[in-house]
Amino acid sequence: MAENGREELVITDAESEPLAGERSLNIVVVEQGCSLLRRMEICVAEAEKRSGKNAVNMQEMFTVYLIETRPMDAAAEGCNPAPDSLWRRYSEFELLRSYLIVTYPYIVIPPLPEKRAEFVWHKLTADNMDPDFVERRRVGLENFLMRVASHQVLSNDKILYHFLTDEHGWKEVVFETGFQAKADSRLRALSATFRVRNTNKRFMDMKQYSDELQSHTSQLLRARARVADRLYGVFKVHGNYGRVFSEWSAIEREMGDGLQSAGHHMDAYAASIDDILEEEEHYADQLKEYLFYAEALRAVCRKHELTQFELEVSSQDLISKKQQREELATGVVRTFSFKGMTNKLFGQEAPEQREARLKLIEELIAEGEDTVKEKTAECEEHVEKAWVDMQRFAEQKDKDLREALIHYAVMQISMCKKGIQVWSNAKECFLKM
Amino acid sequence: MSVGAPRGLASSGQKPIAEILHPLSAAEEPLSPGPDVTEDVGGDKEAVLTNGTPVETSSPASASSLLNRLQLDDDLEADGLDLYVSTETRDLFVTVDDPKKHVSTMETYITYRVSAKTTRIEFDLPEYCVRRRYQDFDWLRIKLEDSQPTHLIPPLPEKFVMKGVVDRFSEEFVETRMKALDKFLKRVADHPVLSFNPHLNAFLTAKDLNKRQGLALLTKVGESVKHVAGGYKLRARPAEFCAMGEYLDTFNQKLGTIDRIAQRIIKEQSEYLTELREYGTLYSSWAASEEELQRPLEGVASSVATCASALEDLSENMSQDCLPVLREYVLYIESMKNVLRKRDQSQAEYEGRLEAAVLRRQEDRTPMPVEVEKCQDRLECFNADLKADWERWQSNKRQDFKQLLTGMADQNINHYEKCQAGWESLITLLQDKQTDDKSGETN
Repeated sequence: MAENGREELVITDAESEPLAGERSLNIVVVEQGCSLLRRMEICVAEAEKRSGKNAVNMQEMFTVYLIETRPMDAAAEGCNPAPDSLWRRYSEFELLRSYLIVTYPYIVIPPLPEKRAEFVWHKLTADNMDPDFVERRRVGLENFLMRVASHQVLSNDKILYHFLTDEHGWKEVVFETGFQAKADSRLRALSATFRVRNTNKRFMDMKQYSDELQSHTSQLLRARARVADRLYGVFKVHGNYGRVFSEWSAIEREMGDGLQSAGHHMDAYAASIDDILEEEEHYADQLKEYLFYAEALRAVCRKHELTQFELEVSSQDLISKKQQREELATGVVRTFSFKGMTNKLFGQEAPEQREARLKLIEELIAEGEDTVKEKTAECEEHVEKAWVDMQRFAEQKDKDLREALIHYAVMQISMCKKGIQVWSNAKECFLKM
Repeated sequence: MSVGAPRGLASSGQKPIAEILHPLSAAEEPLSPGPDVTEDVGGDKEAVLTNGTPVETSSPASASSLLNRLQLDDDLEADGLDLYVSTETRDLFVTVDDPKKHVSTMETYITYRVSAKTTRIEFDLPEYCVRRRYQDFDWLRIKLEDSQPTHLIPPLPEKFVMKGVVDRFSEEFVETRMKALDKFLKRVADHPVLSFNPHLNAFLTAKDLNKRQGLALLTKVGESVKHVAGGYKLRARPAEFCAMGEYLDTFNQKLGTIDRIAQRIIKEQSEYLTELREYGTLYSSWAASEEELQRPLEGVASSVATCASALEDLSENMSQDCLPVLREYVLYIESMKNVLRKRDQSQAEYEGRLEAAVLRRQEDRTPMPVEVEKCQDRLECFNADLKADWERWQSNKRQDFKQLLTGMADQNINHYEKCQAGWESLITLLQDKQTDDKSGETN
């Protein structure tokens, strides 16, 4: 997740590693030649609270985020024009993402930051308007844009470009694409229980992996929140030493000064946990991103199942139609059917009738063959493209998480150093007693 | 006393308590072996030797104590003035260790080995080793309190433990109590007056503690305080003793708070530890479903485990080192308050008698009775003793708390150093892996 949006702007060379180095974990190595990030600097510069009227004409508060963009060429030429900027609401980001999901079903679409704070330890509020939460979401949204804009396929999307550069009329354009109708039918199909006969092992494995990733990250986040709670307790209880040492020092002669200043160090120790845990939230956000990524990965796998299912349904349909044709042509009823019964009871149909029916079936079969062809092609395309993107995702994930872990370890070390420092200071005071 | 004589019950006829053997003084006495009984069979047998035989033949009297024998006479006087005995002038060394469990049909109890080394002429031998149980220490303390009413007697660990809450025979409890008893005896032995008390001598040297004899020996001294109790009302406590009282009240309060904080921290730490352990295992189970990330995740899991075990050590050390000191001082404050009360009584007695004498003199002009003067002397002695003990106690307290708090800081530093090392090794691992990967790519 982007530590600081400004830093990411430095990336100009598509082939190079991010210049910001290990800190910009979010930057996927930009593919050559096509990413939007090569051509444009993007950042979410600030957030602002606004109030307005909602659908039912009720006053409501919401937050808008300032997106700034600046063409890269201009920056390269040395003249630094003022960046173009526009405001977007979280719900517009959501709309953009839904559009991308439907339009690019084979891509693991980067997740948005959480809508409501989850997996928080007790000191953090779950208030959507909380400045810290808004700030973390700002960072998350910027990170989302970075990921989308650096993606080889997604970054070339027209709607995305419109989202970034023109505040007005964007929603209308999105709705014109009719993606919602598609999304709705997909959703309906998804909710229906379906079973795919020919499963693709790679996708099955990937689906299972996404489940595992989700359960591991969510468990870990929950445990981390509990650990943070406890650690907070341990530190804060030490703060009581600060108070009691200072009170005690009042009745001591030789020991007084040492106790008094040791008390200050204990206060400092208790206070240091706030910063430590605040920094740790950043790590939690990195894990959270992959918790949500797990869902995106699963969506790609589900879509594979869906297309595969549709293919199987239509080919099944084709087979049964072909069988009907055969029956009609030969007059042999292979399987016991109601039609066979009526034929036996009421005698054969007239030849004209049979001809007409046969023709109709031929037409349906031709149609069905087209559908199967189409579905097969769709399925194959999905398998191919999705596989490429899932590989890309796996690489990105390994890199990001490895760096997140290193960062976490660095953070822990600095916490230990702080602890050693405070206790050494306190020891000095104790020794003077 | 014959070795292996049948053990008498405390209530059996005329037999003095002195004749009741510790089970350990009878070699043949079947003992239910405690965890460490077998290790110290040698020590057991030695303890059976007749009274006064040097027991610990293996450990020679320390050179310094031999040297000190020459200075002994000087020390006797100096001790009274010195605020506390420095190592150079110390001539009585005591230790309490090696707890053993005894199970008989009547009761189950623990004895501790009490060893003493000394160059003092009051002792016939340079070294002694006896076994004592808690109630023997209790006896000693009561004797000291009775015979030395003007002095601050160090506290014993609490006698009563809540049944069910604490297992009296658990290794941990016995260990803690042993340390507290050791502390008590050392404090007595380091005291310039208390260490010359004949009861201490008996406690350290007598094979069998004749508790009744001790009682007869020094009842006189105790009486003076006893019959004073009640009746007189104190006029005004001198300012310095008032200040002591106030100090003790405040200190007691602060100590109570510190004790509560320390216990709370230990509790918070143990809850933190539980969560941390679980947190660590989650990383290793995640590692199982990853390929590239397997090693990094396992690395994190092991770093977290390192932190958890460092934390466990910290908590354990804190509850072993920190809490007992606080508890001892809570009890110490009680003892100190007791002495202050007795001093007040002594003052009240003097004031009462003085008042009565003054009244009488106004009537019949008799001279001041000797009795009143004696009373005054006693009060002045009391005040002097108390002041000396107070100074000594303050200085001990300062040392003890300095040690306690720096120890606490050290424990915490140590804990963080271990954690830091754990995380640093993870970084090395991750970076090595990365460079491996990179070199692999270029090849």
